[in-house]
Amino acid sequence: MNALPPAKGQVIGHSVTRLEDGPLVRGQGRFAADVNFPRQIFMRVVRAQIAHGHLIAINTEAARALPGVIAVWTHADVASIPPIPFRATRLQGLEPYCQPILAAGRVRYAGEPVAVVFAENPYLAEDAADLVLAEIEELPVLLDARLPPAEFAPGTSTEPAIVRKQFGDVDAAFATAFDVVALDLSVGRHSGVPLECRGAIARYDAAHDVLELHGTAKKQHWNRDEIARLLGLRPHGVHLFEGHVGGGFGVRGELYPEDLLVCLAALRLGRPVKWIEDRREHMVATNHSREQHHSLRAAIDAQGRLLAIDAVFHHDQGAYVRTHGARVADLTAAMLPGPYRLHAYRVAGHFRLTNKTPAATYRAPGRFESTFVRERLMDAIAARIGVDPIELRRRNLLASADMPHARQLDALGTDVVLDSGDYAGLLDKSLARFGWDALQAELRARRAAGELVGAGIGFFVEKSGLGPSDGVRISVDRTGAVELVSGAASVGQGVETVLAQICAETLTVDYRAIRVVRGRTDRIEFGNGAHASRVTVMSGSATHLAALEIRAMALATAAPLLQAQPDELTLARGHVVRIAAPETDLMSLAEVAAHMGPGSPLMIGRTPGLTAERWFYSDHMTYPYGVHLAVVRIDRGTGEIRVERYLVANDIGRAVNPMLVEGQIAGGVAQGLGGALFEEFRYDEAGQPLSTTFADYLIPTLAEMPALDVLVAEDAPSPLNPLGVKGAGEGGINGVGAAIASAVDDALRKPGAITTLPILPRQVHAMLPR
Amino acid sequence: MKPPDFTYHAPETLEQALSLLASLDNARLLAGGQSLMPMLTMRFAFPDHVIDLNRVAGLAGITQTGDTLRIGAMTRQRDLLDHPFVQQKIPLLAQALALIGHRQTRNRGTIGGSLCHLDPAAELVSVMTALGATIEIAGPNGPRDVAMADFPLGYMTPSLAPDELVTAVHLPVPPPGHGASFLEFSRRHGDFAIVSAAVMLTRHSSGHLADAVITLGGVGPVPLRLAKAEALLAGQTPTPDLFTQAACLAREIDAMEDAQIPAWYRRRLAESLTRRALTAAHQSLPGAA
Repeated sequence: MNALPPAKGQVIGHSVTRLEDGPLVRGQGRFAADVNFPRQIFMRVVRAQIAHGHLIAINTEAARALPGVIAVWTHADVASIPPIPFRATRLQGLEPYCQPILAAGRVRYAGEPVAVVFAENPYLAEDAADLVLAEIEELPVLLDARLPPAEFAPGTSTEPAIVRKQFGDVDAAFATAFDVVALDLSVGRHSGVPLECRGAIARYDAAHDVLELHGTAKKQHWNRDEIARLLGLRPHGVHLFEGHVGGGFGVRGELYPEDLLVCLAALRLGRPVKWIEDRREHMVATNHSREQHHSLRAAIDAQGRLLAIDAVFHHDQGAYVRTHGARVADLTAAMLPGPYRLHAYRVAGHFRLTNKTPAATYRAPGRFESTFVRERLMDAIAARIGVDPIELRRRNLLASADMPHARQLDALGTDVVLDSGDYAGLLDKSLARFGWDALQAELRARRAAGELVGAGIGFFVEKSGLGPSDGVRISVDRTGAVELVSGAASVGQGVETVLAQICAETLTVDYRAIRVVRGRTDRIEFGNGAHASRVTVMSGSATHLAALEIRAMALATAAPLLQAQPDELTLARGHVVRIAAPETDLMSLAEVAAHMGPGSPLMIGRTPGLTAERWFYSDHMTYPYGVHLAVVRIDRGTGEIRVERYLVANDIGRAVNPMLVEGQIAGGVAQGLGGALFEEFRYDEAGQPLSTTFADYLIPTLAEMPALDVLVAEDAPSPLNPLGVKGAGEGGINGVGAAIASAVDDALRKPGAITTLPILPRQVHAMLPR
Repeated sequence: MKPPDFTYHAPETLEQALSLLASLDNARLLAGGQSLMPMLTMRFAFPDHVIDLNRVAGLAGITQTGDTLRIGAMTRQRDLLDHPFVQQKIPLLAQALALIGHRQTRNRGTIGGSLCHLDPAAELVSVMTALGATIEIAGPNGPRDVAMADFPLGYMTPSLAPDELVTAVHLPVPPPGHGASFLEFSRRHGDFAIVSAAVMLTRHSSGHLADAVITLGGVGPVPLRLAKAEALLAGQTPTPDLFTQAACLAREIDAMEDAQIPAWYRRRLAESLTRRALTAAHQSLPGAA
């Protein structure tokens, strides 16, 4: 399938500088709040102040009377707009749990939109929003997904679904097991909290009958199609645009109520409508994630080998089911077995609603959680049978010879087939790089001197490159300029650079001269955006295929003009050359493109242009994997956990740009430390959110980052795409909770001490001997 | 997060500022803005008038006369931190200033602003108490002075009439050869301290401790002097055991409790930080081993 040779190329495999950085470092970035249109008005959302209740009445008179206020809407004004649907679930029966764009008769979380105000400026809009009075009759709140389900609405329960997966004979395995290890574990509620909050700016261009939405991210084509459908428009008349995006992490770019509200308002009010989410809104409005409670048992043999895992977990979905459906619970259930050989597995994921902000995906969804759970289990098994945790893992890891390995499980509607991997090999490399054995001696010496220090491990398997398809169109114009139009999106990860590198490799041009178009629906008909570590796998492969086609077209066109056969020619330095005399430029791509123009005699009767569009299809995901190693020190006096050293080893098959991969991993580690040690959306007993500013919701800063080493491995290329690549976006965060918990246990000299994330200093302090 | 409507005033003299303060209802003073601006944008504060002190002449500046340092209320935290006299002669203050927020916030944040805001965890409130500062206040009836120990009336409530403002802080320069340490615990670099401990020690030529000052921040609505421990230390030969014993007295303090931090944990932190600050202050004494 036109596979690229595994060796480093001319451009691929090199840490070239990012194409994206020019405008960003010059202060010419264009984030959502930078988008402005003449005559725009501003939207402000009025949010429920209580967590659960019947909406008796909403008094909007005082707000409407304020000079400068253009309109105030409640559910009655938008009742014709259906609730936001799902794009990613196979579970049936979730429809009753969709969120209406403005609360309909009942509020189910503090922060739920109950009304919107439109005004001449954002100050007035906020003044008016303060004057909207929602009369709410309070109902009891449900804040713990482990409690028995309650009534969501008459006839529906707060448990919309139970995600079940199974293979092998679990009961038989437990009946014959040497021993059984059981654990109860929890992961706290936190999420991707990008520094740029959401924003949506809509305008209707009546002259062209086009509704435009700006400030979008991640998933423009699906969102475009749904906005058109929900508002009763034709998709060709709705276009979404992406500027710079200040972090996505899964939460940004999903279709939210505010996106539809600005679009509807732009149509109804006849003026551009701008909404910029503020931080306090963001903390209660944008998707939360992660909160799960696990109870699992493992059946093991005398050597600590896994025979079976029987897992039950409760997934705290918050108040509604958003666009992801039950995806996080599904991925948790499917990815829990990780890198280990497992003969039998049964899981029941209770997908339950509570009176909190709705939850959805956050970087490594279902994997940060299940890696924490599985690796806690491996540490517990090691402690139970008295074997070194590293050795215990070695005994259980799948071998290279097992690849590809069908898990007999499905995830996201495709079978989980681990495509390639040398798990034990990467473990060895990681330990050697980290100096694991010398470290153990060093830790013993420090403990003897009175320090509380320890080291921990988390082994993870990621998933990436979700299909089904992505396309890329490459055009070379008569000046030789190359444009690459993709259906991918950018949340800041370097899409332009990577796609340009892949394109430049085949076309032998300077990657910096390639214009990459992404994140807009008006240039390409279909696209699957940027999520699930998919872009380099899917759009990268499509780029490679399209570039190969451009090359073939260029050689075929040049051959008769050069009185040669196409197979005697190749490209070098952006020119057609003879393979036999590659130092001599014969014809530039610009000249070829000119020969292929609409006026060229060569093209009579054919479609002109040196342009090719190619699509890459995939029905199976690729599975990157890796190792996290951590050293922590606990302060006896305060319980503070200081992460001293950290290593992430991640095999991603091929690193198109190692610098970008390392950057992805470093950022992932920082966010992982947040979930492991700092970040938590807390609520009081009435369901009032307590983490609504960055003074309460603690994201780690540079000062909290450890000395980080990143080992990017390319030992197990994916056989599923021509580049051999796997996604690199999520391996950096996946194993952090697991590795930190393991290291804190080790520092405390108490295996199994850590059962919840985040690990708080006061909890650790309470575990210290007095 | 857009502030509610207010009228902005920018006086250029202290007299103008005082006259505005006396004549306007529901007015707030704007100094460095590090607390007031977020309170405005989050609509926690609804003043009808904001009086900006940034253009008032003579409110900023550091002058040393004899053994007193006068710090104008509008002096930026960064300027005080960088002042050579503070670095050389008042290490406790330098250490505390370095822990206030981040460099960017210290560039704007003022000495007077932080003291008047009176956050229980604020480093400046605690360190000025430890150093025995005097607060210089101006009002319609002329200037008056208040000892820092008497300045907080309660939780975030300074001893200031609605028509008064702080003009300066006077610091007695600690004796040469004293030992000092300011330590705090926060979840992240730059956060408000959960608990802070400020310690100053002086020593007789015999090697016995002459005097000890221990001030805890963050444990209660106002800074707490650990008087029992100070009394225990005075006149004693400094040893690690003695410091442990003194720090143990922090277990008996009355500590605040909130959703995140239980009282027992604040007491433990107070004990640990006190012991460490005593040890560090002792080590900073000239000629200490």
